[in-house]
Amino acid sequence: MKIELICSGFGGQGALTIGKFLSLAAMKEGKDVSWLPSYGPEMRGGTANVAVVISDKQIASPLVSHPDWLVALNKPSVDKFGPMIKSGGLMIANSDMCPDKLGREDVEEIYAPMSSIATEIGSTKVLNMVSLGVIIGKTGLVKYETVEKDLREILGKKNPALLEANLKAIKKGKEIGEKS
Amino acid sequence: MADKVLMKGNEAIAEAALRAGCRLYFAYPITPQSELIEYMSKMMPKVGGTFVQSESEIAAINMVYGASGCGKRVMTSSSSPGISLKQEGISYISGASLPAVVVNVVRGGPGLGDIQPAQGDYYQATRGGGHGDYRNIVLAPSTVQEFADMAPLAFDLADKYRIVVLILSDGLIGQMMEPVEFQPAKTEEEIEELGKQHESWCMHPNEDEPNHHHHIINSLELDPNVLSDLVLNLEKKYIEIEKTEIRFEKYNISPDNEILCVAYGTAARITKSAIDELKKEGKSIGLIRPITLWPFPSEAIKQAINQNVKKILTLELNLGQMIDDVRLAIEGKLPVDFMGRVGGLVFSPEEVKAKIEEIL
Repeated sequence: MKIELICSGFGGQGALTIGKFLSLAAMKEGKDVSWLPSYGPEMRGGTANVAVVISDKQIASPLVSHPDWLVALNKPSVDKFGPMIKSGGLMIANSDMCPDKLGREDVEEIYAPMSSIATEIGSTKVLNMVSLGVIIGKTGLVKYETVEKDLREILGKKNPALLEANLKAIKKGKEIGEKS
Repeated sequence: MADKVLMKGNEAIAEAALRAGCRLYFAYPITPQSELIEYMSKMMPKVGGTFVQSESEIAAINMVYGASGCGKRVMTSSSSPGISLKQEGISYISGASLPAVVVNVVRGGPGLGDIQPAQGDYYQATRGGGHGDYRNIVLAPSTVQEFADMAPLAFDLADKYRIVVLILSDGLIGQMMEPVEFQPAKTEEEIEELGKQHESWCMHPNEDEPNHHHHIINSLELDPNVLSDLVLNLEKKYIEIEKTEIRFEKYNISPDNEILCVAYGTAARITKSAIDELKKEGKSIGLIRPITLWPFPSEAIKQAINQNVKKILTLELNLGQMIDDVRLAIEGKLPVDFMGRVGGLVFSPEEVKAKIEEIL
């Protein structure tokens, strides 16, 4: 088993964090992982993306030129990485910010109104966690319980309100993923 | 062993250095290495050590010179342009035969270049970027785990040989997060013990101590006969290191190999992916990954040339620097091909695969 994915969005949307929690959970479940961020003279509002590889075996190259899966939080991410998705791959996109379909017949597309769901939950910050939930629900790559445990460890004491919002967002995304 | 944690390479090397007994760290920030100095600034006070963000890289390396002269485990780090600035100090530390650990998280050059991963500092690292006849042990990690493991190794080697050990990483390994397992942290007593091995030569701050010795640490010797002896003594050390400290990894080396690749660090990881893909297609490609760039694993490369190997392929993120050492190693036995990227660009596994197929 080896999954290569790219998470991408505007700087500040939390694309890198999706990859981080996915990697962390996969690591806890015994997988090898690599998390390679785009870095550079970037700013809030610019684009940010991370290449994540999750594998049963030791990972050689951490670079991802053709992802199995793409998580796109905004339109520029779909435009940039959509054409690179492997045939038979999966795209999970934020329908609030990606109005146009990718239009590839060989790629499964799941659209979720991540920004609206996050607003409903009461924190626009957690839109990235909706997509993490979709990945969990759709692919079962990592268990929800593992992610919840990590989040509790990191946010539990520091910010209980944000923890609850995050968990709600993941659960909501998970439902969408399970149905798709 | 403790549990695995997910960490950036830059943070992992800092944590590993603290666990290895580094209690003195001096540096000046630079991308893509800044997480290292940031981590040290946060954690060094917690272990009772001293962290200084110096006014420049030159100041930092000279603080290392002074601290090392007191027999303490000391480290500095930077990225390419900053390492250039440290070269004078590295030469002095080498001349004075002192232990020190220097980390270079290499970025694109020359000049200020960019902040993306590169391997353009190979010549500087392995030839000694400063003046005079000296060598540094050069360690090249290819994963975050290996980067972390190199901290205790570097300090041990530095102490054993009283030499500068340079860890030559790059922006990719520095910025990437991977699972890491750390070795247990040394206790304060163990660190104290480590310092004692240097008592016969290092400076002692307190002249009132009964066992106080008067030592002068210096790299200046105006009598050529004396300097000659000093440099020949350094040479003895270098010959010993060349005999005993060569490290490398063999990957997919077999009698069926048609091409033998040589690559280190990030370039080696990408090459491994290409080798795995070609293996699925029934093509046998071997890789020697030097872990010590100096001393260089020349003999290992020579021995890996099995009867079916038609060509050597050196892969580097530069214009071709290690290729010189590869050519020296194989003594003209086979043609040596090269694949490189410059400017902070990194070749993909697909591109490496295509290159290998082209020369097969």
